[in-house]
Amino acid sequence: MTMNTVATDNPVPAGSEKHYLTNGHTLSSWLFTVDHKRIGILYLISLVVFFLLGGAAAVLFRLDLMTPAGDLLRSETYNKLFTMHGIVMIFFFLIPSIPAVLGNFLLPIMLGTRDVAFPKLNLLSWYVFMAGGLLALFAIVFGGVDSGWTFYTPYSTMYANSNVILAVCGAFIAGFSSIMTALNFVVTIHKMRAPGLTWFRLPLFVWAMYATSLVVLLGTPVVAITLVMIFVERLLHFGIFDPALGGDPVLFQHLFWFYSHPAVYIMILPSMGVVSELISAFSRRRIYGYKFVAYSSLAIAVIGFFVWGHHMFVSSQSVYAGLIFSFLTFFVAVPTAIKILNWTMTLYKGSVSLQAPMLYAFGFLGLFTIGGMTGLFLSTMATDIHLHDTYFVVAHFHYVMVGGGVMGFLGGLHFWWPKMTGRMYPEGWAIFAAIVIFVGFNLTFFPQFQLGYHGMPRRYHEYASQFQILHVMSTAGASILGFGYLIMTGYLIWSLKFGKVAGSNPWGARGLEWETTSPPPTENFLVTPVVKHEAYAYDVPSETSDVQEPRPEQHNV
Amino acid sequence: MNSVFNLFPEQASSISSEIDLLYLFILIVSVVFTLLAAFLVIFFAVKYRRRSEDDRPEPPHADSKLEIAAGAFLLVLLMGMFFWGAKLYFKGNRPPSDAMEVLVTGKQWMWKLQHPNGKREINTLHVPLGVPVKLTMTSEDVIHSFFIPAFRVKNDVLPGRYTQVWFEPVKAGRYDLFCTEYCGNEHSRMVGWVEVMEPADYERWLSIGTTAAASTAAGGGPGESPVDAGARLFAELGCVTCHNQNSGALGPNLTGVFGREETMTDGSVVTVDENYLRESILNSQAKIVAGYAPIMPVFKGLINEDQLAQIIAYIKSLNDNGTDG
Ligand code: HEC
Ligand SMILES: [Cu+2]
Ligand SMILES: [Cu+2]
Repeated sequence: MTMNTVATDNPVPAGSEKHYLTNGHTLSSWLFTVDHKRIGILYLISLVVFFLLGGAAAVLFRLDLMTPAGDLLRSETYNKLFTMHGIVMIFFFLIPSIPAVLGNFLLPIMLGTRDVAFPKLNLLSWYVFMAGGLLALFAIVFGGVDSGWTFYTPYSTMYANSNVILAVCGAFIAGFSSIMTALNFVVTIHKMRAPGLTWFRLPLFVWAMYATSLVVLLGTPVVAITLVMIFVERLLHFGIFDPALGGDPVLFQHLFWFYSHPAVYIMILPSMGVVSELISAFSRRRIYGYKFVAYSSLAIAVIGFFVWGHHMFVSSQSVYAGLIFSFLTFFVAVPTAIKILNWTMTLYKGSVSLQAPMLYAFGFLGLFTIGGMTGLFLSTMATDIHLHDTYFVVAHFHYVMVGGGVMGFLGGLHFWWPKMTGRMYPEGWAIFAAIVIFVGFNLTFFPQFQLGYHGMPRRYHEYASQFQILHVMSTAGASILGFGYLIMTGYLIWSLKFGKVAGSNPWGARGLEWETTSPPPTENFLVTPVVKHEAYAYDVPSETSDVQEPRPEQHNV
Repeated sequence: MNSVFNLFPEQASSISSEIDLLYLFILIVSVVFTLLAAFLVIFFAVKYRRRSEDDRPEPPHADSKLEIAAGAFLLVLLMGMFFWGAKLYFKGNRPPSDAMEVLVTGKQWMWKLQHPNGKREINTLHVPLGVPVKLTMTSEDVIHSFFIPAFRVKNDVLPGRYTQVWFEPVKAGRYDLFCTEYCGNEHSRMVGWVEVMEPADYERWLSIGTTAAASTAAGGGPGESPVDAGARLFAELGCVTCHNQNSGALGPNLTGVFGREETMTDGSVVTVDENYLRESILNSQAKIVAGYAPIMPVFKGLINEDQLAQIIAYIKSLNDNGTDG
């Protein structure tokens, strides 16, 4: 891999010209920035730290699970670690990941505008997020929270230690940050699209951000109120969820899943948006059935609000309620399957190039399909009775949320890395890491399906000895997976300084973000772009990707 | 010995193999679709690989008929799964009326069980082969969940309410029993065994006096059946003063009340089940039977879970005595 090649189309090395990264080098120019791109980078750095913490917790308890007696850790420590892993990964990595990093960075550029609608609110959302995250981390690390990320009552309100309150508070605060970002996105998409950029010319990533934001706006207030109720019960001993005080323990589960099921879509819809971009760019054509893909995001978002009870088939919820929840859950499967069909059909007769971002998109397709398929076992009531709260569920949601969510995030990160940093990552290493991550992931989680069907309950520090062999396989896989993530972190950091300088459009992709320089100037475009084509107009001879500067004659309105 | 590499775990209850059949069906559907998708993705990626940097493929012409047909086909398949699953679920939910009842109480971190003749045990459940068994379960503290993988049954065990599980063992042996709802520090030690015995062995086992340790831990005298204990409490607590066969009694006659539909003063109709009885006794003011005054004392705090379960067992037993209600 040559490091000293100067990109043909951009002879000026990144750093010496004016762009958003060179616009101020002081710490305060970052901490008080209202530039959506810099805020995206702030999020990226914070999220990587949270991800590494959550991942380290997982490595520890996976090592502990090598033996049936859990010889490495004590029960208390084990319980705290899986709680930390869950809370950090869900509230402080997966939920914000794509919207806060890629969404913040790209949405205004994709819309051809200068910034989001409310730039200061955008910065505030990062501070709020950090406040929530640090508070939760503090509670977890110094106090030790062992309620699991689900905070089920009455355990969380009456029996677990009082640091639960702080952790809950952290998640509650982070919820406001999501709301602020979502609000910003909705208004920006409605109001600030470039001239000519009609709804059906929007990139599918923007559609996905839109659907996600709606889910956030409708769902997050409910979980916020629920978390406040935990507060009130715990501190004021006001009976809401604890039957000893006259409350209803199952009420909490309803409220919690009313948010947390849609939250799965908050994690997965953005990833689907990224995958649409990747598949289109690396097969050089418009996504097959663009409208179906766009509408299916909305359909998933809407139906997703009516299926929460599928987490409660054995909770003593009425059998008729269970019936309805099971029924509706099957309906979510349809738009999801349609999307997979559309992505596959996009490849047909395309011009497919298997670069690292595309490998992640393929990884997404494979893992997410398995995640979705195993969801069928859980939405079918009779089989869920047996599988509920076993490792089968653990495997299922990791396939969906990591296989789906994280693969999309990593694919997107590689794809837009040259845009964000002005540098290419090393392709060979990236392909190697993508393969290591894929193999490690499957080895970690596939055995867990079998563990689950054979009855291994989740959240067990000690377990029956017949399960050991599958646990050892899973731990081996987790080590490989962790290794893959480390390689990736390493070469991405390396590339910041030594990566090949990227031109405006290294992939020959379509989309407004590829029409501006890499990294983009603070104002994104020197002149407001005018959109004349549908998204992904690969058949129309490009007006820009060969001409690297924004064209003055585009000036209009 | 059943290995974890077998497709199915031990099949030891009457529904195990039915659940496994459904599981197999979903598995086949999933594998077929996953392989099909994987094959197409890889095949297209190879066949239509980029041959030159100047490739300009035609934009796709989406065929909405294909999308709708695929969606419709899928929906039919999924509805099949739904109905099959729902049917089995309902079956698993309705215990046969002659099921033998065992009372289960979960607490951090043990399972307490009591058999119809009063015999108690902890973390082990002995049941006779081929006899339907119904477990009526409650918790003294947080939520637990009662799971027997070999039987493919599971239900949460909640404080302040009764839930149930039933099964009919079809294979003698010793099977794992797990708590599957995270309940605190020693959640993973809240485990035990189910011993499925030949009915004769079970009878013999029942007749051997229970160990002193188990019965004191669980409270209540050994050898007294829940129904007998309930009858004793019914007299001791003064329930009989208001609930009796006399025509001028202050409270309703409880004979035959279980399973009946009762009208409340506010006009609502409830079916009398364990949870209704529980509420009527602990918190009698919550629902008032039409035609009666709200004079029944509140027993919450005066009786414990075990005693409550015994009184309920007694009230239910009044149905079998054939006395007119
Ligand atoms: C002071 C009289 C009195 C005593 C003592 C009393 N009850 Fe009652 N009970 C009533 C009355 C009156 C009603 C009907 C009004 C109502 O629903 O509260 C009733 C209702 C009930 C019901 C609901 C019956 C139905 O038909 O729906 C149950 C069950 C019950 N009592 C059980 C008990 C038990 C068990 C005890 C002893 C632990 C007890 N009661 C003690 C007066 C009494
Ligand atoms: Cu869900
Ligand atoms: Cu438990």
